Amino acid sequence: MNAPQGFIGRSVERREDARFLTGRGQYTDDITLPGQAYAYFVRSPYAHARIRTLSTIAAAAAPGVLGIYTGEHFKAVGGLPCGWLIHSLDGSPMKEPKHPILADGKVRYVGDRVALVVAETLQQAKDAALLVEVDYDELPPVVDPARAVGAPAAVHDEAADNRVYHWGIGDKDGTDAAFRDAAHVTTLSFRNNRLIPNAMEPRAANATYDPNADSYTLYVSNQNPHVERLLMCAFVLGIPEHKMRVVAPDVGGGFGSKIFLYGEETALVYATRQLRRPVKWTCERSESFLSDAHGRDHVTTARLALDKDGHFLALRADTTANLGAYLSTFASSVPTILHATLLAGQYRTPRIWCEVTAVFTNTAPVDAYRGAGRPEATYLLERIVETAAREMGIDPVEIRRRNFITTFPYASPVGLTYDIGDYDATMRRVLEEADVGGYAARRSASEARGLRRGIGYSAYIEACGIAPSSVAGALGARAGLFEAGEVRVHPTGKVTIFTGAHSHGQGHETTFAQVVADRLGLPLEDISIEHGDTGKVLFGMGTYGSRSLAVGGTAIVKAVDKVIAKGRKIAAHLMEAADADVEFEGGQFKVVGTDKAVPFAQVALTAYVPHNFPHDKLEPGLNENAFYDPSNFTFPAGSYVCEVEVDPATGAVRVDRFTACDDFGNVVNPMIVEGQVHGGLAQGIGQALLEHGVYDPESGQLLTGSYMDYAMPRADDVPSFSVHTVAGTPCTHNPLGVKGCGEAGAIGSTPAVINAICDALGIKDLPMPATPYTVWQAARQAERLTTR
Amino acid sequence: MGIPLTLEVNGQTVTRDCEPHTLLVEFIRETLRLTGTHVGCDTAQCGACTVHLDGHAVKSCNMLAVHAQGRKVTTIEGLAAADGTLHPMQAAFRACHGLQCGFCTPGMVMSAVDLVQHHGVHNEAQVREALEGNLCRCTGYHNIVKAVQQGAAAMKGA
Repeated sequence: MNAPQGFIGRSVERREDARFLTGRGQYTDDITLPGQAYAYFVRSPYAHARIRTLSTIAAAAAPGVLGIYTGEHFKAVGGLPCGWLIHSLDGSPMKEPKHPILADGKVRYVGDRVALVVAETLQQAKDAALLVEVDYDELPPVVDPARAVGAPAAVHDEAADNRVYHWGIGDKDGTDAAFRDAAHVTTLSFRNNRLIPNAMEPRAANATYDPNADSYTLYVSNQNPHVERLLMCAFVLGIPEHKMRVVAPDVGGGFGSKIFLYGEETALVYATRQLRRPVKWTCERSESFLSDAHGRDHVTTARLALDKDGHFLALRADTTANLGAYLSTFASSVPTILHATLLAGQYRTPRIWCEVTAVFTNTAPVDAYRGAGRPEATYLLERIVETAAREMGIDPVEIRRRNFITTFPYASPVGLTYDIGDYDATMRRVLEEADVGGYAARRSASEARGLRRGIGYSAYIEACGIAPSSVAGALGARAGLFEAGEVRVHPTGKVTIFTGAHSHGQGHETTFAQVVADRLGLPLEDISIEHGDTGKVLFGMGTYGSRSLAVGGTAIVKAVDKVIAKGRKIAAHLMEAADADVEFEGGQFKVVGTDKAVPFAQVALTAYVPHNFPHDKLEPGLNENAFYDPSNFTFPAGSYVCEVEVDPATGAVRVDRFTACDDFGNVVNPMIVEGQVHGGLAQGIGQALLEHGVYDPESGQLLTGSYMDYAMPRADDVPSFSVHTVAGTPCTHNPLGVKGCGEAGAIGSTPAVINAICDALGIKDLPMPATPYTVWQAARQAERLTTR
Repeated sequence: MGIPLTLEVNGQTVTRDCEPHTLLVEFIRETLRLTGTHVGCDTAQCGACTVHLDGHAVKSCNMLAVHAQGRKVTTIEGLAAADGTLHPMQAAFRACHGLQCGFCTPGMVMSAVDLVQHHGVHNEAQVREALEGNLCRCTGYHNIVKAVQQGAAAMKGA
């Protein structure tokens, strides 16, 4: 490959790092507003209870207390909306009971918001919160999705059987018929374990009201400030949208958990208006565990039908998805649109049928988290494919190759059309990079030390670049999923870019500038990127689903191209040439075939000092915006290989080697892309080996409510990774040819780890997380079976 | 009222009144408004609040401010040279892309500097073990480990 000429393709060091490395980042909790008061939430200690009485009299009289708010204050306003309407197979709409800002007569999970206390100091607010008297009538809770339907007490009266919807996609009859003709059927039942997001910056908000302007400003740790504003204004509080500014400043990680509109910041906005004081709230980590929207928690049975040569004939999946106590912002779309539509994976499976029953339980709401549905789909598929290979005595790589989709565009039986891909290319490369040829020797070396070595594979696909609005709308989305961008050229030729995407670790201030620098032929330092403020950015749908560059970057490119188009006309006027004869290259407008040229900065100056300007044809100024709605999803794909060493005596698993090869299409900044993959891999390994959000089935208490109980991956739990990209198949429908890389690692890695452990122990299945105890039990069981 | 507390922070002597129950991290963030030191948990597990106390890394959420009476505290704001030149460890984090959202970064850097100064950096496994007390959710630690090794080499050469 040739060295890149411009900035695209270069590992440019990040521009945002200077402030983060010196302590000058500005996260929400770092912001102090004059006269701010402090908020603390009274939360339910019970998983399921009716509130018999609630008295705030003693608390209101406590020192420093400014206001106390309960469900009574929010009776007249809307609940937190769910942005995706799913219809059941029988045509009925999903059950959408109100998701109140503060509990309205009933609490439905441990940590449910009961009251907001605002005081002069945080300590005073906490002390007063202890004086809020709540008399609860306990009800039996249900936390296990497999037991939700028909549980003794319904979470919501509106859903007596706790079912949110019963949805399906694909060809049921064709799938059933294919199973009847199959030479081999592989069946797997498993739980995709509940994850708790744990962005290192806890959620936080600081709300202020300006009575003179009758307007609000909300600082909030959030991934999509315009969406936050729209939902809060239009669906809940009824505040005119132009009277609300939402700022998401530096945000310390999101991973999906900060997409959503939460009750906490909504209550803060209400309180600041009442109190005429800024009100600040920062979530404590223990509260985050209880109240952030969690991820995954699917219970699934999957069956794969194959012919005698290992060709896939049909896939059937039945999933029960735990959506928790309330429908969070995008909860309903995760087990359906973001999960079932991915079940073709990289394979030509002609028939697929997937049924999803979504249920309410007395647990924290479950919503999109780091991959959102796609990790669950990949886990299902890549586990069952590898299991089928072992059952049939076919090499796991070979069975994948026999079934790879090789012609594009490819319309899958579950509703997506893949524009392009080359799955054998990533597989070939990963086998080489992982030195699969040397595996046997490594295995012998492990055995000599009394350890079992196993190798596992995964070949994932994801749908990113979310999303074509018309497709999403047809599938039930209640929002558009375009992105907006603005290019403001200053009179001196410097450029400010405004993007609706939001960076909370992804490095947009660098990569977006690389894209614009190349397009305009400017140095990076002449370009700045602004994001995260509805008062500055015209509109935006935000950052999630690995969409920022594919959708947000494209919106910027379109706006840049409008600037260039106008600049050509200005330059043509300056050079007394025809518009059509002027081209733009390397930061210069040139008359084709001559040595006449004017630099970009001169055109910019002319636009703002329009003394010699084509006023009859153009307006002064050089400032353009664009909205971009993609015509299709993008389809990043890759192949992963994991090697583990298992100690059968202790059950300890060590990931010894992890090799990833991804096709993200074109890559703007390889260093940043690799970093995104690294983080995802640690998450995927964390899900496989360590992480598990556990509720006590009797009491409904969260048993994993701190870092002492919830096993976050630490530096010594993961290896150094071997990460590679191939750029063989750039996306066909966006001008940058990019696909998105933010979630790939988390999507593709988990099944590779479990496949490797199963291989090491010679077992069919293993529940996640594969803790030492779980693995030790499985190892013992396998030994008993082989010695029987 | 509070207890008068005098200590040296980033080379400057400061005196402030302080409640007896105030944590060092609260004093640093709320009283001194040095917001580079972060709070990521409430069980002394995440390490985002790591600062140096008399040259040794401590989790500032895990001690009272009054315990720092008369002592020297260095926060992330005090690590770079006065002219703004990054400390070699900060520079290594940047060069190796050892940070994404930046929230764990100050604690990571302070821990890493402590590691180099008091234990030395010998191999990858040792670095990984030494970073056990600092959580990161973005990077998968890969580039942090690389940065610590590179930063250690640069500190040795400096």
